[in-house]
Amino acid sequence: MTDAGAKGDDAGVDQDRRKFLTVATSATAAVGVVFAASPFVASWRPSERAKALGAPVTVDLSKLEPGQMVTYVWRKQPIYIFKRSSAVVAGLAANDARLKDPKSAESDQPAYAVNERRSRRDDIAVLIATCTHLGCLPKQHFEPGDVVLGADWPGGFLCPCHGSRFDMAGRVFNGSPASVNLRIPPYSFPTDNTLLIGQDESAAQGAA
Amino acid sequence: MRKSALLALALLFSPLVLAAEGEGAGAPLDWEHWQAGNEVSNTASLQRGARNFFNYCAGCHSLKYLRYSRMAADLKISTDQLKANLLPAGAAPADYVRASMAPEDALAWFGKEPPDLSLIARSRGPDRNYQFLKTFYLDPSRPNRSNNLLVSNPAMPAVLSDLEGVKEAVFRNVEVTVDGKVTTEKRFDHFVTVVPGQLNDAQFDDFVRDTVNFLDYAGEPSQVDRRSIGVWVVLFLLVFTWFAWLLKKEYWKDVH
Amino acid sequence: MASNDAEFKPGFWGWLNKRLPVAQFMRSQLLEYYAPKNFNIWYFFGSLALLALVMQLFTGIFLTMFYKVGDTTSFDSVEFIMREVDYGWLIRYMHSIGASAFFIVVYLHMYRALMYGSYKAPRELLWLFGMFIYLALMAEAFMGYVLPWGNMSYWAAQVIINLFSTIPVIGPGLVEWIRGDYGVADATLNRFFSLHVVAIPLILLLLVALHLVALRQSGSNNPDGIEIKERRGSDGKPLDGIPFHPYYTVKDVVGVGVFLLLFAVVVFFVPTFGGLFMEEANFEPANPLSTPEPIAPSWYFTPYYAILRAVPNQRLGALLLLMAVLLFFFLPWLDRSPVKSVRYRGWWYRGFLAVFTVSFLTLMYLGLKPATGAYVTAARVSAIGYFAFFLLMPLYSRWDRVKPVPERVSFHA
Repeated sequence: MTDAGAKGDDAGVDQDRRKFLTVATSATAAVGVVFAASPFVASWRPSERAKALGAPVTVDLSKLEPGQMVTYVWRKQPIYIFKRSSAVVAGLAANDARLKDPKSAESDQPAYAVNERRSRRDDIAVLIATCTHLGCLPKQHFEPGDVVLGADWPGGFLCPCHGSRFDMAGRVFNGSPASVNLRIPPYSFPTDNTLLIGQDESAAQGAA
Repeated sequence: MRKSALLALALLFSPLVLAAEGEGAGAPLDWEHWQAGNEVSNTASLQRGARNFFNYCAGCHSLKYLRYSRMAADLKISTDQLKANLLPAGAAPADYVRASMAPEDALAWFGKEPPDLSLIARSRGPDRNYQFLKTFYLDPSRPNRSNNLLVSNPAMPAVLSDLEGVKEAVFRNVEVTVDGKVTTEKRFDHFVTVVPGQLNDAQFDDFVRDTVNFLDYAGEPSQVDRRSIGVWVVLFLLVFTWFAWLLKKEYWKDVH
Repeated sequence: MASNDAEFKPGFWGWLNKRLPVAQFMRSQLLEYYAPKNFNIWYFFGSLALLALVMQLFTGIFLTMFYKVGDTTSFDSVEFIMREVDYGWLIRYMHSIGASAFFIVVYLHMYRALMYGSYKAPRELLWLFGMFIYLALMAEAFMGYVLPWGNMSYWAAQVIINLFSTIPVIGPGLVEWIRGDYGVADATLNRFFSLHVVAIPLILLLLVALHLVALRQSGSNNPDGIEIKERRGSDGKPLDGIPFHPYYTVKDVVGVGVFLLLFAVVVFFVPTFGGLFMEEANFEPANPLSTPEPIAPSWYFTPYYAILRAVPNQRLGALLLLMAVLLFFFLPWLDRSPVKSVRYRGWWYRGFLAVFTVSFLTLMYLGLKPATGAYVTAARVSAIGYFAFFLLMPLYSRWDRVKPVPERVSFHA
């Protein structure tokens, strides 16, 4: 076998160099694959169009009466906006013992909504109407002592899918499958009667 | 940029000189070979071009694939500047650039809807955009009293004539032999400015070049990113190929 | 080494191999697959064609996520991809330019076969599968070209579909059936989308699999056209063969690097390649009332297009176009030479191969030029050269004075 051409004898082969170059080439290729994959991964992020459609939503509050709720869509998510009377707000504290997260310590909301009312202003509540359990739309049951929910029901929301219950501040009751309170979007009040969903002072041009 | 401006100027004047020397038989103005020579990486030029576009073009032409906000970000125009100077009343920064004129009005006035210019630099190329904007001339026989060398009888009037001035085109008769038959043809020779404009030739040339540059940007807003990413990709692949080459050489020492 | 010792390895590897012959497959296809050691640069293009296919599939899958088929939505959605999807421009350029890259690689791969007689026995089926891949690729590229619904897309569809109208009797009805409307329309675009993203890729993958199986069965040809299997050492291994892995895997990786380098230069710096890879007219939306001027097909179709235009008779032109493609299929039986490689062939074959090469490239160039005057004459002369290569092959390949083929491949380390 003068020139078998194949890996006959290993004499004179620099195995270290071979190993080094194999590792170097493979490592470079691996880095290359990660870089090459990144644009494809990035392409799944919300497009410029989705971002433009996700611009802040302005809500006129002047016609909103206490106990009345309106639903808006911001970034493809339904947003509940409702006005609470001072009696309802005062009654919130009474729910605390029956709630999973009364102080909203585990829940997702802007810093200004970490309070018992879960809102910037006492009267106006703004909630992302997506059940924190599996994403259904909780239904409005504002009447205390509701026929469905029993005499001790203080008023709030009931999720039709799996029965999660939330109070008038979107806080979840014990015994619900959901474990945290309803989420709250960033929002602000440019004037007394205007609500801007999706934009607050912390990110002035965040969602433009 | 400066160089091409001078070149364009030289080209502009050369026929006159030659005509004087060679009894009117000098080389005609070589506008068909004019190059835009624009640089999309020149942000200052793009900003001026955007200003030109919104002052002189956006009345009739839209850029329906370009958002104001995207343009402002790419051209380093602040949101405040955008709102104060470029954004029409009632438009949001995330809106696409729309012509202020209603399409049905345009149809009635020009007999043709002014085309969207988002991709004009891609479908025609910056050079022809440049040639088009620089070769308008006075033509009293036309309803809008102007004509163009690149696009004859355009629906678009000479909207830049207050800047450039009004030019007359000088044609001359040339004898052409086609299949043995001699015919005379009217050929363009050079321009003569009859009414001066607000800008001199060099200023107007810069004005057009900036505008064409902006249209080039609008045709492919990611092109500056594309080139800068490309440099890294190529460098990376050089390293990879070099390693692979060493590895191949090492293994092939076995093969006799 | 027993072929199934991986089954008895401990752990997952043994578990897996007891159920799926992974180790055995890798060994038989890579370590114990012996390839001739004298491959030259022309042998890179097979693996590169595979890379191009994978790249097209991958980028295509992503484009399909953002593209919206429809005569009112296609053009806009392509611009949406170019501008509003993160890195959409990169994915789209990779796919559009990838089509051209694929054809460059495939043409060089096919030309390699012409030079070294790789289509000759025992590789006729390998060649036929390759030719079917080429046909499928042409259909795939054409239909993909229609999808952006630019003005060139529209008119390409119009012209190519109308070629079928030259078929006697059924032609006009067939054209209407292909379009699904009285002109090229939304229906046409929609079915082309389905064929482009589902049907033809499936066919392509099947054909590529068959092409590779046939290659493994007959073994690779080489620049000397010598069957290495006929000269084996005492251990039963071909004397002129080397294991595919690691020798050709590391070599092909170099090819991949160079290919990607050139590809990246085009994608990032000259994506339209002067209008050759992406035409200016396709940045205008489809307009049934205005034919782009000048109109020319993508560069990889221009040789056939030039042949079509060189013939003053419509039906004959279409027939010659069809023949120009189909003649490749008959090469294994047209060639009567006892040797494979151009290295040992005589001046007849070399001469005709040169004529073919020049004709093909000339036709490619002429297809991009207007069909007037001297261009038509040149196209006619080139078409004669093109057809002469195939049709006269049974004669000149027999007259050829071939050189003696050595027993062993020529190789200089």
